[in-house]
Amino acid sequence: MTALPFDSPETPHAHDMGQDTGRGWRITNRIVIYGLLVLFAVLYLMPLFVMLVTSFKTMDEIQGGNMLALPQSPTLEPWAKAWGETCVGLTCAGIKGYFWNSLKMVVPAVLISTLLGALNGYVLTKWRFRGHNLVFGLMLFACFIPFQSVLLPMATILGSIGRFGVTLQNAFGTSLGLGNPTVNLVFVHVVYGLGFTTLFFRNYYEAFPSELVKAAQIDGASFFQIFRRIMLPNSLPIFVVTVIYQFTNIWNDFLFASAYAGTGESMPMTVALNNVVNTSTGVVEYNVNMAAAMIAALPTLLVYVVAGRYFVRGLMAGAVKG
Amino acid sequence: MAFLEIDRLSKTFGNVRILKEINLEIEKGGFLVLVGPSGCGKSTLLNCIAGLEPITSGEIRINGRNVAGLHPSKRDIAMVFQSYALYPNMTVAGNIAFGMEIRGVPKLERDKAIARVAETLQIGHLLDRKPSQLSGGQRQRVAMGRALVRDPQVFLFDEPLSNLDAKLRVDMRTEIKRLHHRVKTTIVYVTHDQIEAMTLATKIAVLRDGVLQQFGTPAEIYNNPANMFVADFMGSPAMNLLAASVEGGSEGDVRVSIDRPNAPPLSLPVNGVGEALRPFAGRNVVFGIRPEALTDPDGADRNAHSVVEGDCLIDVVEPAGSDTFAVTRLGGKEVVARLRADARLQPGQTARLAFNLDKAVFFDPSDQSRIA
Ligand SMILES: Nc1ncnc2c1ncn2[C@@H]1O[C@H](COP(=O)(O)OP(=O)(O)O)[C@@H](O)[C@H]1O
Ligand SMILES: [Mg+2]
Repeated sequence: MTALPFDSPETPHAHDMGQDTGRGWRITNRIVIYGLLVLFAVLYLMPLFVMLVTSFKTMDEIQGGNMLALPQSPTLEPWAKAWGETCVGLTCAGIKGYFWNSLKMVVPAVLISTLLGALNGYVLTKWRFRGHNLVFGLMLFACFIPFQSVLLPMATILGSIGRFGVTLQNAFGTSLGLGNPTVNLVFVHVVYGLGFTTLFFRNYYEAFPSELVKAAQIDGASFFQIFRRIMLPNSLPIFVVTVIYQFTNIWNDFLFASAYAGTGESMPMTVALNNVVNTSTGVVEYNVNMAAAMIAALPTLLVYVVAGRYFVRGLMAGAVKG
Repeated sequence: MAFLEIDRLSKTFGNVRILKEINLEIEKGGFLVLVGPSGCGKSTLLNCIAGLEPITSGEIRINGRNVAGLHPSKRDIAMVFQSYALYPNMTVAGNIAFGMEIRGVPKLERDKAIARVAETLQIGHLLDRKPSQLSGGQRQRVAMGRALVRDPQVFLFDEPLSNLDAKLRVDMRTEIKRLHHRVKTTIVYVTHDQIEAMTLATKIAVLRDGVLQQFGTPAEIYNNPANMFVADFMGSPAMNLLAASVEGGSEGDVRVSIDRPNAPPLSLPVNGVGEALRPFAGRNVVFGIRPEALTDPDGADRNAHSVVEGDCLIDVVEPAGSDTFAVTRLGGKEVVARLRADARLQPGQTARLAFNLDKAVFFDPSDQSRIA
């Protein structure tokens, strides 16, 4: 794609010089461009490659050999150990518990923030009210608030919610999950993600034909019936974009995770991974660390592979029509 | 009392007045066409009737009942949109049945209604398809099916044919007319195409910039346009509108004189409307004559009272199969005459044309209003 302008006979080079030199230039350009592309691709893939090969090597091989060499006798041992036995701080039961922690946090957080974003986009485009643009502007502004500046105020809010949970617990015997670190993280990620999900859906629904909504109104469908029966079923591309975006961000988040669930049973995968690497028991087990890192990265990879082809399509739709 | 009444209706978007004091009414079973150039507020008026846009002032009554504040689904109307607005995620059957489904009509009854409508519109073989798998004409039919199945008191059509190609448009036009004869439901139909308006309507309302220009039967609109805008907008080729000066004293004959190139002005007696024109003596008026009222002498209307002949220099001759159109210059404007197909004419020659003055109309150039 990037090479396109150079192919075109309209480039000044091709005009200024004869047919032959023009062709020579074109080939040189090709070589330079593809060379650069390959170089950057290699640079990007190198760490992944090292991680992957290291995770299948034995410790002996790592200590003796070349970092880039393929494993002599590939073994799944490090993966098994990372999953089930390695020490995270003082407990040595592998990272599997934390993997599930992350999953329990990420699934509700992604679904809730995506659905709320869709609802916001629907209202901001199809049920316009006085000042809708101001509201959208503020939502957009939320996208630019840095994580760090949210940390302390959010901690205060979570503290209050936690205390309310305790009150509920004492009064009714259930806290409704308020104060639970996983619930806290879901809440934080939903709030922080709302600006982005709203932006995505608003731009998509802006180009969504309003006549469909009008037709449904005449058919007697209510606000939520239109949302559920007309808007959502026709939102697959932007739904996929939003889910990938939110999933990647929330799964990979370290700052919120370490700030609000940095210790104990409910810590998410990212924090646990950091603790695995920092737990020193004499020798550093690079192969186990790499396997753990790979496991931590797999879900996002999987999401891209499964849904990726919709990603570009959805982004384009939003970009062109929005 | 009319079936659908629109009473002093105004509509503003923000500070912009889109519709200004519109008064319209149509009898039960009538076919009202709203026509006007793009952006004049036709769709807005239709949306107001449907309840999709709140009105700013005035009243809309259907069957004597003021529908203000009534939800679109409670007004007993059905609408066909310009883009058809078929739900892309549902099959044709699903689209037609959606309204009934929302109203909780049992499945068995729904299926019967779908079958009935599919039969009427001959879309039975399309019921399981998605809208994306249909051609433009088929989508149009499905959109009509979705409206028909409601069996409403009023049908609202918003430029339903404007997305079809020319041939299909003519076919569907006939079909809509046939449908109207059969179901006899009141229809309000929006179009910017004056031929559609003329062929379909029992009543036409011509709109311009949110102001109702004229409201009447197709014949009234065509033969007695209220102002120059209506005269120019309705009819194809358009009415010839040219400058003429009025001659005559306080008594006696009134004539209009029209400039010709390379010849003395053409002077036409207009005694039929003399009294209306007399105050304009010595001034210019706009003389309007439709191409079919300006013919070769043999082709002139034999029943007309006042046919006057005059020599005109022919610029261009355009044979169109059924007729021959000739362009001449009169009153500083290009003027189209409609002659018989076999009329022998050469460009550059002078030809004798017959003016059917029964059909001539006159406008005041200062405010474009009708004089006579
Ligand atoms: N929702 C809206 N907000 C503001 N202006 C509008 C809106 N809808 C229509 N308009 C304006 O009202 C005028 C009439 O529009 P419309 O009724 O769609 O015209 P038509 O159907 O005759 O082509 C146009 O100038 C349009 O820009
Ligand atoms: Mg319109």
